[in-house]
Amino acid sequence: MKLQEADAKSLLVAQGLPVPAWTVAHTAGEARDAAAAFLEAGADKVVIKAQVLVGGRGKAGGVKLAGSPAEAEQVAGGILGMDIKGMTVRKVLVGPAADIVKEFYLAAVLDRAERGILLMGSAEGGVEIETVAEENPAAIIRLHAHPLLGLQDFGARELAFAMGLGAHLKAAVAMAKGLVTTMKAYDADLVEVNPLAIVRETGADGAIVERLVCLDAKITLDDSALERHPGLEALRDPDEEAPEDKEAREAGLTFIKLDGTIGCMVNGAGLAMTTMDLVKRAGGEPANFLDIGGGARADKVAHAMRLILADPKVNAILVNIFGGITRGDEVARGLIEARAQQTREVPMIVRIVGTNAAEAATLLEEANFQTAASLDEAAAKAVQASRAADAAGAASANVTA
Amino acid sequence: MSILVGRDTRLVVQGITGREGGFHAQASREYGTDVVAGVTPGKGGQRVLDDAVPVFDTVTEAVRETGANTSLIFVPAAGAPDAVMEAADAGIATIFCITEGIPALDMVAAVEVVREHGARLIGPNCPGATSPGRAKVGIIPGSIHREGRVGVVSRSGTLTYEAVQAMTDAGLGQSTCVGIGGDPIIGTTFLDVLQLFAVDKETDAIVLIGEIGGAAEETAAAWAGEHLADVPKVAFIAGRTAPEGKRMGHAGAIISGGAGTAASKVAALEAAGFRVAGSPTELPGLLRDAGYRG
Repeated sequence: MKLQEADAKSLLVAQGLPVPAWTVAHTAGEARDAAAAFLEAGADKVVIKAQVLVGGRGKAGGVKLAGSPAEAEQVAGGILGMDIKGMTVRKVLVGPAADIVKEFYLAAVLDRAERGILLMGSAEGGVEIETVAEENPAAIIRLHAHPLLGLQDFGARELAFAMGLGAHLKAAVAMAKGLVTTMKAYDADLVEVNPLAIVRETGADGAIVERLVCLDAKITLDDSALERHPGLEALRDPDEEAPEDKEAREAGLTFIKLDGTIGCMVNGAGLAMTTMDLVKRAGGEPANFLDIGGGARADKVAHAMRLILADPKVNAILVNIFGGITRGDEVARGLIEARAQQTREVPMIVRIVGTNAAEAATLLEEANFQTAASLDEAAAKAVQASRAADAAGAASANVTA
Repeated sequence: MSILVGRDTRLVVQGITGREGGFHAQASREYGTDVVAGVTPGKGGQRVLDDAVPVFDTVTEAVRETGANTSLIFVPAAGAPDAVMEAADAGIATIFCITEGIPALDMVAAVEVVREHGARLIGPNCPGATSPGRAKVGIIPGSIHREGRVGVVSRSGTLTYEAVQAMTDAGLGQSTCVGIGGDPIIGTTFLDVLQLFAVDKETDAIVLIGEIGGAAEETAAAWAGEHLADVPKVAFIAGRTAPEGKRMGHAGAIISGGAGTAASKVAALEAAGFRVAGSPTELPGLLRDAGYRG
């Protein structure tokens, strides 16, 4: 689960990391008030940033400066409601514009290959790390935290010196260790601060000071660990998953909506991906990824079918079950139950092999389902059925016209 | 020989008194695996599987009393990392963890503890391994196998069954089939398994079944290109149509920042001499094309 910048920053603050103040505004009026407060407190300008879960917000016009409350209202009004890469901006972050001396990159990330926490730091901050990795890989410093003990001071120091943060050693060490602590505290896969920046600030006594702060933050949480952090569920961005995906998640199914016309119901994630791939290979377009999981019962199957049929674009369905834990006859019963409740007629190609496949075949035959022996055959038949439905739809549209 | 599981496997099932644990312990036993013990804390002293298998409170006790050398874990996610560490601490050499949905950082610690004990962990979120005709440890249906000399390694469960069934239908038997698991942090990688197959005298060909996410297929391919140059090898990669940024069911199956795509894996495998199938059903034919005569 990805977190919005403002939520990610809240978690960093909770772990004691330095983040400049900010306010989240849902309306242009709220943005104006927030800007007025920051300007009154001494900021020259405020920055207004779209809160959406995509990169490249700046380039898309979702990050702008304002010098007065009125300008902030106008700018926020322009950003709110904006569409950035398919995401609608519903809120903006308002904060004092930073006087940046130098930008850096620092992240703690789950390293699959090394099976540990990898810290990545770079003196080239403010740009996407993928770009740095491609153009100047030597500019990225990599260091692993100890799998049991976490990041030690000496490691954090090495990283800080290598990044050119020797003049801010204490702050940099606290920052690096803080990212690892944040990762562990919330079971994150990624805690990224980009840019991490040295900023110039005017202290209470009027003196100019430089300090190291997190100017932007990105956190991705491990979905498998959300259960033990019940408070974090509230931070889920409703735009991150389609309503169908959410309903499925709550029903214990894994569903991802796609753009095609052929609904897919499969047991097992790898086989579900393969089924989609074979639909595409046979010339069709999958409408979804759907894994009903191991040992799914009839009612779960019926629920899955309702989810697929809720998509009006679906004009054919492919059911592919390789029974291991899952019993074929249970799935067949679920399909029969689902069809009885179904509000519209959609051709269904069913392939069930493995545990209790013979019982399943008898049930399906009695209920007049269209079946297939192999996965390739099932995919071909589903594509054929979808095309026939397309043609029939076009013909009836012509008649109506 | 075969790898990981075989005739000398002495299996302890952790979580044997649960529904899944009991069912699959029984199926493993019916297949011919030597199931010597079960462990469920607080249920020590019972006997299960028609009174044939004793249950112990701890793995240490099970090892001491029965000489168990392999463990199969069905403990729920909250307790599974602890079960893995308990097995390693008790001296179990090969640990299979079937449990799905374990937080990744818990596994970072568990994998390190396993490594410190010199044990091997397969999984989590894996279907286990079968050496046809010898032993089955896990949840792979025994009926799909045939004895033979092809080594199969996969990140998936049911997709593995699909591929193995296709092999068996085509008359190509297997030495060992291993599911390494679909999570981001797993104990044994593709590379580890290929290295085991490379020195196994009873494995003459390789089938690798990967999926999107991470770079483990690429790493294994690079090694195989160099060290298994003369071995017939085929592969299949799931997720060619998967959209970027979405977790495709498996916690580890995600394309992020343009990395972990099917295209990158297919290219790496082909460059290393693997023939890559467009459908699992093509694997047996491609293996023949690659010169496998088993």
